[in-house]
Amino acid sequence: MHHRMQRSMVVAGVSAMAVALALSGCSSSGAPANETSSTATSVADFGTFADLESAAKAEGQLNVIALPRDWANYGEIIDLFKSRYPEISVNEQSPGVSSAEEIQTAKTNEGLDTAPDVFDIGLTVALQSTDQFAPYKVQTWDDIPDALKEESGLYLADYGGYMAVGYDSSKFDAPESIEDLLAPDNRGAVALNGDPTQAGSAFAAVALATVQSGGNLDDFSDGIDFFSKLNAAGNFLKLDVTSATVANGETPVVFDWDYLNAGFQTSNPAWKVVVFPGTGIAGYYNQAINVDAPHPAAARLWQEFLYSDEVQNLWLKGGARPARMEAMIQAGTIDEALADALPPVPEQTSVPSEEQSANAGTLLGEQWAAAVQ
Amino acid sequence: MNSKTIEGASRMRRSSRSEGPGQSPAPRGASRLGWLGLLPFASYIAIFLALPTILAVSSGLFDGDGVFTLDNFMVLVNPVILRTFLDSAWLSLLTAAIGAVTGALVCYAMLGLREGGPIRSAVDAASGVLAQFGGVMLAFAFIATIGQQGVVTLFLKDHAGVNIFENGVWLYELPGLILPYVFFQVPLMVITFMPALTALRPQWVEANLALGGDRMSFWTRVGMPILAPSFFAGVLLLFANAFSSYATAAALVSQGSQIVPLQIRAALTSETVLGRENLAGVLAFGMILVVGIVMAAYSLIQRRAARWQS
Repeated sequence: MHHRMQRSMVVAGVSAMAVALALSGCSSSGAPANETSSTATSVADFGTFADLESAAKAEGQLNVIALPRDWANYGEIIDLFKSRYPEISVNEQSPGVSSAEEIQTAKTNEGLDTAPDVFDIGLTVALQSTDQFAPYKVQTWDDIPDALKEESGLYLADYGGYMAVGYDSSKFDAPESIEDLLAPDNRGAVALNGDPTQAGSAFAAVALATVQSGGNLDDFSDGIDFFSKLNAAGNFLKLDVTSATVANGETPVVFDWDYLNAGFQTSNPAWKVVVFPGTGIAGYYNQAINVDAPHPAAARLWQEFLYSDEVQNLWLKGGARPARMEAMIQAGTIDEALADALPPVPEQTSVPSEEQSANAGTLLGEQWAAAVQ
Repeated sequence: MNSKTIEGASRMRRSSRSEGPGQSPAPRGASRLGWLGLLPFASYIAIFLALPTILAVSSGLFDGDGVFTLDNFMVLVNPVILRTFLDSAWLSLLTAAIGAVTGALVCYAMLGLREGGPIRSAVDAASGVLAQFGGVMLAFAFIATIGQQGVVTLFLKDHAGVNIFENGVWLYELPGLILPYVFFQVPLMVITFMPALTALRPQWVEANLALGGDRMSFWTRVGMPILAPSFFAGVLLLFANAFSSYATAAALVSQGSQIVPLQIRAALTSETVLGRENLAGVLAFGMILVVGIVMAAYSLIQRRAARWQS
């Protein structure tokens, strides 16, 4: 109830601000976004990279959304941007919201200078929201594999990883297969990061259970059955995972992306990450620029920054696999110590297609709640 | 939305006590401009309660492309959704019943204490605070005390040999919500029921004794009939309170979205099943319907209860 009250307050606050802006003749929001900046599809449209930088500095602001500081090393990445461009203040909005909420925020704040400039979103939402994106190709565009980018640059993968199981090695043995999690010593221990009918990470965990149980992604039933068995065994823990629950030991075995699981090592030094052999589930997050970005140049500078060697290595430091990883390995610019520390890649990799995701979503909506009750 | 309804309701019930019938009518001149005094509160209600409600519910009347449709209402007969309405209802009813009975007993116990005395003031103050103690804070309090690594859980396990999670970790399931809900239901009942109990006049006890009654007959013939409307009004209020409660469940139960507010969240924020935003409006409409019926019943009963409180 508190949450909902706060929500309506926020909405009211935003509309009050809109009124205030209207009354003040928009004097505070400055000049309208530069036409060149909001239609630029590459650095060339600005002139040089230095021109892009000065255009972004002139805007002086960058609104990012849904970037938790403990997620894929975003804290360090944002701090580096701040120290490199002290003229641009970075507004870290609602770090905890979902991909779907990022798009909603952009729509409800359209035309305000509080709207998010850039998105970091899951593929399902990206595919459905292309009319909210402005096409832009970063300077390192050619380094990114074709499978990881939309051809006109509407969105492109930024970092990703494999669905993995993290566990507290001081209390549990390493699971060798997904079936091991059904053993009685995992009683009340195995948690998902969210509900698969809502959260991308939990959805991928059910996908992993599906392929690891011998099924394929056309039908998630095997994965749902696995969690149903896990629940019947008393092993399924239905609490949302955060760094706090990992730190105090409430959630000792966790299905999550390998880079997020790696991040839990700061909460619990004994935390270890396993990617099961056989077929793995990979997933990439995607970067996109808001078509109505209030700071279009800063948004584009942020993207160039994210796809630089330095920041790609920062994602790697967070345990994530950056989109330019292959090219950087060949060019020798990857941080090899960090790359070697990643869990080994499974023999085969699956990614649910758009159609498979949609069908799985419907199936989960019908069956998930009953399966784990 | 919910807390506001409750505050409004409890404010009304209090004002009906102090300004009930029997007071002198307002002076003539004041009545013409009297409505002006209502304006701030009315506009507050309009902006923060009525407008959001209309926006939320009307969003259910459109599809993703903004075209008018009634198809979204089919979700109300979907078996999964029906199940969550049922789960929400039994959880709310159960915690309302437990909260009402326990709260009434606490009130009765407090009658034995001096009004304005330290214990009674402390209970009054604590109830006021704890009735609003919900959400992430409450969930955290429960995880820290009776979670798997909670202090109480570990103490019982190490010193008494009792494992409260012997049959699975029920704290993060639907039944796990009962205890946290009771935690804010009981104080709310104390706040709302105490005025009714203190309105019982000592003279009535004396009259009962003078007419040859005893303690038992006072409660069965006088006390309970007079208190019954207030008690049931309290049950309804507690039901509405639990029914619309969101944040505690959101922080504690992560799988299955087993109560309606969590289904609304799923429809609004899901990143795996898209295009259900408008269903949230329909679900909200379903909740408003249930709470509306409950609040209508509440005000009917409350009108009857107010007779004895002037």
